[in-house]
Amino acid sequence: MKTLEELMALRDAAKAKMTARDDSTALTRVVVGMATCGIAAGARPVLNKFTEEIEKRNLTGVTVAQTGCIGMCQYEPIVEVTAPGKEKVTYVLMTPEKAAKVVVDHLVNGNPVVEYTVGALKK
Amino acid sequence: MRELSLNVLDVAQNSVSADASEIEIEVSRDTAARTLRIGIYDNGKGMTEEQVRAVRDPFYTTRTTRKVGLGVPLFKMAAEMTGGSLEIESAVGVGTKVRAFFHTDHVDFVPLGDMANTVVTLAAMNEAIRFVYRYAVDGRAFTFDTQEIRAILGDVPMNDPAIMNWMTAYINENSQAITEVQ
Repeated sequence: MKTLEELMALRDAAKAKMTARDDSTALTRVVVGMATCGIAAGARPVLNKFTEEIEKRNLTGVTVAQTGCIGMCQYEPIVEVTAPGKEKVTYVLMTPEKAAKVVVDHLVNGNPVVEYTVGALKK
Repeated sequence: MRELSLNVLDVAQNSVSADASEIEIEVSRDTAARTLRIGIYDNGKGMTEEQVRAVRDPFYTTRTTRKVGLGVPLFKMAAEMTGGSLEIESAVGVGTKVRAFFHTDHVDFVPLGDMANTVVTLAAMNEAIRFVYRYAVDGRAFTFDTQEIRAILGDVPMNDPAIMNWMTAYINENSQAITEVQ
């Protein structure tokens, strides 16, 4: 059974990580669309995958957040990645597998996965 | 929606948008009667009677990006497909209560699914809001309250992945414990 003592230990570990982290202006934001359209299209497993991969790779300076309807419901799940000083990258029709690749290529190595972006959609 | 927990995630977003500071989610099962009740209660800005009537209509939304809102109608449909029902009670400045009732032995009953994930996602993505999740099976109950978690965490964010995982496991284990007791 999970205990509150374990939670306290996790808190202390998280605190240690926080102090090691750069200031919050240098944060990369991963924003997942979580309105009805996004949720129905499978946004939750995508959000979970981002959180899981970010933890697994021990990435600091990345936050995962949610937003409402982005207005392109047919392309949900949609994920927007904003890195400091860079233009926002909008990923469409996301899946947990694509999310894992975005974490490695974009968040870790700084190369957006162009083929998953809204710009790569066939007109 | 493939599981009811996704409908809950979706409908609870309405409470977030309504500027609620406290959102309570209640799930209770009666195994003998084969029923399931789900309630989502908030202290947000509430709705007028006219808005309450309109919200059941799939073509009603407060959103401006497009003109349909499907959250509540989909949840209502999921309940009614099982011979159940959905009720909304709301007062401006007081809050909103959404209650859905399901017959779990109906062939069209959609499984509850991963409620822990729904609750943790909501809590971690909306840190300023207090979420209370109550799960009850035949009168045995478990309560998860983010205020207690917050008291332990202090200024450590709930969206820390390790903490999200702990909360998910904590809810799952406790829910299972009250489900399996004979």
